[in-house]
Amino acid sequence: MTVLNSKIPAGPLAEKWSSHKAAIKVVSPANKRKLDIIVVGTGLAGGSAAASMAEMGYNVKAFCYQDSGRRAHSIAAQGGINAAKNYQNDNDSVHRLFYDTIKGGDYRAREANVHRLAEVSGDIIDQCVAQGVPFAREYGGTLSNRSFGGVLVSRTFYARGQTGQQLLLGCYASMNRMIGQGKIEMHERNELLDIVIIEGKARGIITRNLVTGEIERHGAHAVVIATGGYGNVFFLSTNAMGCNGGAAWQAYKNGACFANPCYVQIHPTCIPIHGEQQSKLTLMSESLRNDGRVWTPKKKEDAVKLQKGQITANDIAEEDRDFYLERRYPSYGNLVPRDVASRAAKERCDEGFGVNETGKAVYLDFKYSIERLGKDVIEARYGNLFQMYEKITDQNPYELPMQIYPAIHYTMGGVWVDYNLMTNIPGLYAIGEANFSDHGANRLGASALMQGLADGYFVLPYTIGDYLADEIQVPRIDVNHQEFVKKEKAVTDRMTRLYNIKGSKSVDSFHKRLGNIMWEYVGMARNEDGLKLAIKEIQKLREDFYKDLRITGDYNAMNIELEKAGRVEDFIDLGELMARDALDRKESCGGHYREESTTEDGEAKRNDENFAYVSAWEFQGEGKDPILHKEELVFENVKLTQRSYK
Amino acid sequence: MADKILKELTIKVWRQKNAKAQGKFETYKINDISTGTSFLEMLDILNEELVNGGTEPIAFDHDCREGICGMCSLFIDGRAHGPDDDITTCQLHMRKFEDGATITIEPWRAGAFPVIKDLIVDRTAFEKILQSGGYISVNTGGVPDGNAILISQDDAEEAMDAAACIGCGACVATCKNSSAMLFVSAKVSHLAKLPQGRVEAARRAKSMVAKMDEMGFGNCTNTGACEVECPKGISIANIARLNREFLTAKIKD
Repeated sequence: MTVLNSKIPAGPLAEKWSSHKAAIKVVSPANKRKLDIIVVGTGLAGGSAAASMAEMGYNVKAFCYQDSGRRAHSIAAQGGINAAKNYQNDNDSVHRLFYDTIKGGDYRAREANVHRLAEVSGDIIDQCVAQGVPFAREYGGTLSNRSFGGVLVSRTFYARGQTGQQLLLGCYASMNRMIGQGKIEMHERNELLDIVIIEGKARGIITRNLVTGEIERHGAHAVVIATGGYGNVFFLSTNAMGCNGGAAWQAYKNGACFANPCYVQIHPTCIPIHGEQQSKLTLMSESLRNDGRVWTPKKKEDAVKLQKGQITANDIAEEDRDFYLERRYPSYGNLVPRDVASRAAKERCDEGFGVNETGKAVYLDFKYSIERLGKDVIEARYGNLFQMYEKITDQNPYELPMQIYPAIHYTMGGVWVDYNLMTNIPGLYAIGEANFSDHGANRLGASALMQGLADGYFVLPYTIGDYLADEIQVPRIDVNHQEFVKKEKAVTDRMTRLYNIKGSKSVDSFHKRLGNIMWEYVGMARNEDGLKLAIKEIQKLREDFYKDLRITGDYNAMNIELEKAGRVEDFIDLGELMARDALDRKESCGGHYREESTTEDGEAKRNDENFAYVSAWEFQGEGKDPILHKEELVFENVKLTQRSYK
Repeated sequence: MADKILKELTIKVWRQKNAKAQGKFETYKINDISTGTSFLEMLDILNEELVNGGTEPIAFDHDCREGICGMCSLFIDGRAHGPDDDITTCQLHMRKFEDGATITIEPWRAGAFPVIKDLIVDRTAFEKILQSGGYISVNTGGVPDGNAILISQDDAEEAMDAAACIGCGACVATCKNSSAMLFVSAKVSHLAKLPQGRVEAARRAKSMVAKMDEMGFGNCTNTGACEVECPKGISIANIARLNREFLTAKIKD
């Protein structure tokens, strides 16, 4: 049986990373040239890792399912990126960022990983500036900052409401430079479908060329998974349509443990669902909560009138507005962390105070900041977000408050990795959202960009050398090795099986059904009966999927239905594992809210005595129950307290 | 903002099996679409009906569906990204269409963007241009503190205006010459406005323009059509800047 070793270095917290760096092996420039690395995914984590490792001298092969590396969904991150620069002189520090992140994650992340993240955060900003990322500036020419949820300092750097775009274009530009120099071999419209393991080590991948339909073999001395999260299990989420859990799931099926699958972040400020024809949800940046106030009516009769469309928000008198976040959490107010804000919105709507026709929306109101600062200032800060909102909803947020509701946004769970970001399969790494390591049970705003770039620019390029230093004698991987042949056949069998079901229902119909089960029972509030029911329903769904799936179009060509079918097949399995994990974790923590474990005033209640561990699930074969490994979380530097934002 | 229902729409769409095949328009009917539905959701619904009827669905590029990834790329009723301003196709909503309308959907049409299938085109030519110089040559690590480089707010804002390009290709699809000048000038301007980017400005302008020509894009004749259809409002003032950067670089040769 697999034994997990987190490989956290000994010594004082603040010295772990530097002493580890000093201790690990380094590969010489001459030998780097002989080593190949596959990076799957070109978002902030994959893009920055591919560029950095190519600059160091490795031969990198990068893969993405989109038509360009620049399309990866990191591009959609709006608000900003955190860094402990203390440019605002508000007493920020590495320790404070570390502490906020550990606390924000509800004490379910590793101290050592989070501290390292805080340590390298400042370097990320420097790197991005050097690449030409046009961050917002003050009149004097210095960098601007703003605040995000769950913290009391201003440490978020931003480029309008398009920070993710600009950071991604920064590392994509670095990738382009390396592609131009022949150090990165770029494979667009190419999707990972299996991982090849030879003598216990990851040695390559099997992909499908999405243009030709051909199955391809690619070998390397190490494989890096940087394919983001699995939020699309829920069908409706803020993820891009193509975001999938495929690569992470193949890692799991090949023996890598999958950690904390039940930790899903539900973002409080998304545009509400408009109806049955919806395909995805659009996020409104958390940064809006800097200047927007969240409220619902105090009186139920007002809410009913709003739901019937008889009145608008502007008809409700000041004293009849319930600024429920400010009321419940006076010290953090509208800037409580995402999990807290989401649950509070759900609570108001469940009580009947929702403000739109479906009763599933609350207000995010800019009236007060427009009065205080002027429309110009608000427009300068959030103009593009307001425009996006108006295009989608046909309502002007300068005149009427925005309507918002929580939606699936990010997955804190992911492939289990050790301190070096390596999975329990030697040579197989997972970085960015695809791994589980830094955000615990809840991620703070503006920390996803930070983690993706930390992993890709400043952590993996060092730690991967420690492994590759022992691989320098290994010649270029031969893709005619029997393991490649075997895996290619397995992939072909899998895809032809799906293609040949010739049933009557589309891929999307199964995906929507899965999404409904997940949102209902494995969503914002979970309980034992619901989770058990979810597992049964997912198993039934899987049976139906294999019996009744219909894929039209050609097999040996571009086939958008076949692409989706493979992803949904993985989502069905992932959904079941998420429900199992949620069932095992009989406590509430961060984004995981068990109705059986709450405080008297309805807040999430952790159980540190029994659940201060990372759940790492190990695959045992189709139809068999996975094994749960528990990595105990050791807290030597922070005191575990009930998380309070009151 | 109560949504209405569009009872019947006629969708005339370009179908092409692959790059080598001859393409043609096919016509489909679709019923009961809410005006709150996005244009791509309407296509999802049509595709669902096609699959249920045993036909191959229409292939189109799309991903983030919030107007930032730049993957979606349809020419709708003669306009890149359809009948609305400052948006991508995925942000277009059905409230922009009347009940009973016939909607014509085509792929980007440009020699440098060959059709792969149906409405999907190959925009690799853009990648090649960026690979030829759309970056600042800096390795990871060993860079100065972020605040060591002071940049005036105006310059940072102008750089940001240009950097907002999403690389969708609407400018090329709209231009009667299939010119990529707006795309190239946006990247050149973004980096030229920043002190970090000045160091390589001359080399960048020359090699990106050379690559643009090599990839088969047409010349700019200042019609301004690109600016009108750009979903991110990239200004043709950037083209003037590119011309200046290019000319200055050439004079020094």
